[in-house]
Amino acid sequence: MENITSTIQAVPLNHYILLSAIIFTIGVIGVLVRRNAIIIFMSVELMLNAVNLLLAAFSSYSGDASGQVFVFFIMALAAAEVAVGLAIIVMVYRNTSSIDINILNRLKW
Amino acid sequence: MSLFYVVAFLSIIFALLVIFTKNPVHSVLYLIATFFTFTIHYIILNAQFLAVVNFIVYMGAIMVLFLFVLMLMNLNTDTEPMKSTLLKVVGAIAGGCLLVTLVGSMKTLSSASTTAMDNTGIGLVENLGKVLFSDFLLPFELSSILLLAAMVGAVLLAKKDNKTA
Amino acid sequence: MELEFLIEKTALVLVLFVLTLTIAAYSTWAERKVAAWLQDRVGPNRAGPFGLLQPLADGGKMFFKEEIIPSGANKYLFIAGPSLALLVSFLGTAVIPFGQNIEIFGRVVPLQVTDINVGILYIFGVVSLGVYGIMIGGWASNNKYSLMGAIRGASQNISYEIAMGLSIIALLMVTNTLSFKEIAAQQHGWHWNVLYQPLGFLIFLICAFAETNRVPFDLPECETELIGGYQTEYSAFKMGAYMFAEYINMFVSSVVMAVLYFGGYNYPGMDAVNQALGPTWSPLIGVGVMFFKIIAFIFFFMWVRWTVPRFRYDQLMDLGWKVLIPLAIANIVITAIVIVGFDLFNKL
Repeated sequence: MENITSTIQAVPLNHYILLSAIIFTIGVIGVLVRRNAIIIFMSVELMLNAVNLLLAAFSSYSGDASGQVFVFFIMALAAAEVAVGLAIIVMVYRNTSSIDINILNRLKW
Repeated sequence: MSLFYVVAFLSIIFALLVIFTKNPVHSVLYLIATFFTFTIHYIILNAQFLAVVNFIVYMGAIMVLFLFVLMLMNLNTDTEPMKSTLLKVVGAIAGGCLLVTLVGSMKTLSSASTTAMDNTGIGLVENLGKVLFSDFLLPFELSSILLLAAMVGAVLLAKKDNKTA
Repeated sequence: MELEFLIEKTALVLVLFVLTLTIAAYSTWAERKVAAWLQDRVGPNRAGPFGLLQPLADGGKMFFKEEIIPSGANKYLFIAGPSLALLVSFLGTAVIPFGQNIEIFGRVVPLQVTDINVGILYIFGVVSLGVYGIMIGGWASNNKYSLMGAIRGASQNISYEIAMGLSIIALLMVTNTLSFKEIAAQQHGWHWNVLYQPLGFLIFLICAFAETNRVPFDLPECETELIGGYQTEYSAFKMGAYMFAEYINMFVSSVVMAVLYFGGYNYPGMDAVNQALGPTWSPLIGVGVMFFKIIAFIFFFMWVRWTVPRFRYDQLMDLGWKVLIPLAIANIVITAIVIVGFDLFNKL
């Protein structure tokens, strides 16, 4: 256990913020450059996880458990979001037999 | 200390591979690897319960669903829709601008909070349970309604409509 | 991190690894023997006395066969599938207490690799990872039957995980802890959890069959409909790895059931034995009892395999979603009512 604590103290909080910012940005780039609806969805998950990590880091550094509780709520939200989102994607695929989001901008089949 | 940097490096590499791999199934597998590195991050942060929940919820449930849907559609590299190179470059530049903004705003922060961590027990199940069921009881109950609504919505959406079709 | 600690843990890990492999190897032999016994045949009896060298012969055969990778297959993932299945199946035993603390040369050694305070959730996570081996292997084979098997495996595992988790929640309400060590210690003597959670145990048992893809829930491989399911394209040692993973999963789920519900290393009258034999030898009897329970569960797995016919796919889903999950939720409610009732009764 002393190991873990000393590891933590050696890493400044700023580096966690930096890591989360980079992962979040990768998620944003993923949403911007891809056309596959599922990959876009996965990029959104990546962004959510960047935020999760940051909340957990803040929670550990400030000694307050609320941050980690927020992460639970985000995970519950992500599970709900994935269930509905994938159902929508399956529906879109069934109707257009493609998951290219550019087909969706016509808003009709 | 170096463990964090190794794992952070791996997180970034896998996250990049997620969005730049052409085959969607490989993307999902890289995302699983990314989430695994996140689990290690949580363990480094001494948030064991969060680590295990991340493991179960993300790697055990959400990513299996993604993989399941991808396999159901049987997508491959040759059916993968791609944006033009120009749009990709523009997207990457826009994302880079966001990163610059985030890092720039981080620079203005005071970097005082580097020596906390006296209470190492906050990530344990007992403490989180106490906080969750006292301070956050109402949000907790509400999230169960959210999950129920999502479940009903997903079943309704994915069901084949026999009457109209 | 003193040296003794490292030696102790390394020895424990090695012993567990070899033990798991041996039990998995002899499960293949035992399965054929049990099948033969149930069907009034003789079973393997050529290699060694009672066919005891049969696993070695089978292993040698698998090593020396030709490895075939289908031309349309995704090469790396095709190899990654069975490797992942085998790797994940080994992870489970790390948090299992196989006995009480044992005293060797005046040093107290716990017979458990590591006691993490979220042990049950760890097992649950490892079990949920097991499906990736099947999915990746099935998809990478580039074969319709394999893909069908992979998809079936995924939906089956996700469905039965829910009922399994709910049955564990009822158990946790009784034990009040997530650590395997404490759960095993609580069941001292006769206080086995199966006496408090019979319905939960039944649900867990059925889900364990589904999670290990054993008959009657072996729809991912299902040779009569899908040739071999996700294993169709696999040959030689990669096929062997899948088979081994299945038997190791069977072993691990037997261990988990023995510890969670059947008292692990506890047995009636253990206090008297502890006093008579002292702290060095009596834990070994506990280990023996534990392995007796594990082997009994493995035998039960085989017995069911040769007794119950395979479920149809819609029956499987109906059982999971419409029977087991409502039952598990009812079990949670009943457990809660009984616990609260006892509290009120004690206050009176």
